[in-house]
Amino acid sequence: MTLTLHEEAVIRFVDVCVSFAGRMQENIVLDQANFTVPKGKTTVIAGGSGQGKSVILKLILGLLRPNSGQVLVGEKNIATMGYAQLQEQRMRFGVLFQGSALFDSLTVFENIALPLRERTSMRNEEIVAKVQTTLKQLELGGHEDKYPAQLSGGMKKRVGLARALQLDPEIVLFDEPTTGLDPVMTREIYELFTQTQQRLGYTAVIVSHDIPQIFSLADQIILLNKGELDVFTNPSQIPLSSKTKIREFARLVLGYEETKG
Amino acid sequence: MSQTNSESMAPLRWVGALGAHTLYVLGDLGRMGVFLFWAVLGVFKRPFRFKELLKQLSFIGGGSMTLIFFTALSSGMVLGLQGYYSLHKFGAEGMLGSAVSLTLIMELGPVLTALMVAGRAGSAMCAEIGIMRISEQIDALECMAIDPFRYFISPKFLAALLSLPLLTAFFDVIGILGGYIAGVHLMGVNSGAYFSGMEQSVTNHDIQLGVIKSFIFGWLVVWICTGRGYLVQKIRGAGFGAESVSKVTTQAVVLSSISVLVFDYLLTAVLL
Repeated sequence: MTLTLHEEAVIRFVDVCVSFAGRMQENIVLDQANFTVPKGKTTVIAGGSGQGKSVILKLILGLLRPNSGQVLVGEKNIATMGYAQLQEQRMRFGVLFQGSALFDSLTVFENIALPLRERTSMRNEEIVAKVQTTLKQLELGGHEDKYPAQLSGGMKKRVGLARALQLDPEIVLFDEPTTGLDPVMTREIYELFTQTQQRLGYTAVIVSHDIPQIFSLADQIILLNKGELDVFTNPSQIPLSSKTKIREFARLVLGYEETKG
Repeated sequence: MSQTNSESMAPLRWVGALGAHTLYVLGDLGRMGVFLFWAVLGVFKRPFRFKELLKQLSFIGGGSMTLIFFTALSSGMVLGLQGYYSLHKFGAEGMLGSAVSLTLIMELGPVLTALMVAGRAGSAMCAEIGIMRISEQIDALECMAIDPFRYFISPKFLAALLSLPLLTAFFDVIGILGGYIAGVHLMGVNSGAYFSGMEQSVTNHDIQLGVIKSFIFGWLVVWICTGRGYLVQKIRGAGFGAESVSKVTTQAVVLSSISVLVFDYLLTAVLL
């Protein structure tokens, strides 16, 4: 059962197909995927490992092109964009990577300041002031001179988030934000996420396998299993999906009993 | 029946494998070509990262000087001794300066400098870029709309292209001094004959050949080493994670060394 959301969509996937050439046969990751990401809301993309969750993020960012179909951000199709246009589009995004992807030869301060230094014409004093404010907000004060290798997993995520939010992005993409973190740290990251989203009002797309905990943050859930995809506004709708592979996923992973209808 | 079929298909499997390998090699060359295009373009993109260029000049150029010094000194001294040994048989010790300087300027200087830089700085560049690739740092730059080529790859290119000819010149000077120490001080060749022989035999054309070689070798080393690191995830058989970076780094040094040696012959044959 696919529900349509009436909010303004910032991202739309229209009949998107992605497959990779395997050794023996083609591995279909997305088959005619259709969904929208509503503005200012949180969309959670969940599914097992290797089911194409991160592929969706790469498609949104234009790091990967679909075999067919359209990936619309606003009204523009990312799938057919040239390099310069893509660079312009990417300014709208903030990304928190799975391994945080901090530049290990730069300090915490330099990491957070990097997008401001490279992508804005702000003066040095303004950059320092803005970074200091962010450091305080994300409770990273006193760690600005450390290198990423000297930080704990949770702290790296916070620095990654701080860096992702520097250019005030409209859309923030989270790739497995709690992988490798203990339950306390995971809760802390979730709280931090809720706080920053309330303050900044960005649209969030979270890819995660932390199910069902991650559903508590979601306004919309996209489930992926073996090339099939379904969209829900409430976790309780998952067992009612019209897609067999999604119902199978719900039964195996979420422990939901299959319900006909 | 199916067994008979698969048996009769066996020789064709080799053809299939050869075809697949050819396609992979062509694809790989294409990716390296595209990489080179963006790396060269990145040199001209603004804002120019002058500090990064200085850092790389210091690393590739300045940092290699000790290694080049000892390599050049020992090569020069060996050339001095060997040259003296050979020339002495014909009573032509006076030609020692000419023999040492021509060998160094046209052949050993550019080749050994490039091999040393590939081993020292090339491997480091390849591993650095490879780690940045597998830890998603390059993806992160792209997502922030920062061109990774302009940001850190093209400065390495420019630094290597500027450093190699200068390091080669340094190698030549130290090598000639090494030959002087061995030939004149140890074996007793006349000092004036050593330098005048050199002055008479080395022409501008010989020096030009050395400079052209060093420039092209610098190009090959930096292209192969940075390119392999950048494409680490696309290289067949490299594996994943730390292992892929170590394998690709080894491959980069081997490939760039072989290319330098092959191009040395080709350039000598064409330009001599």
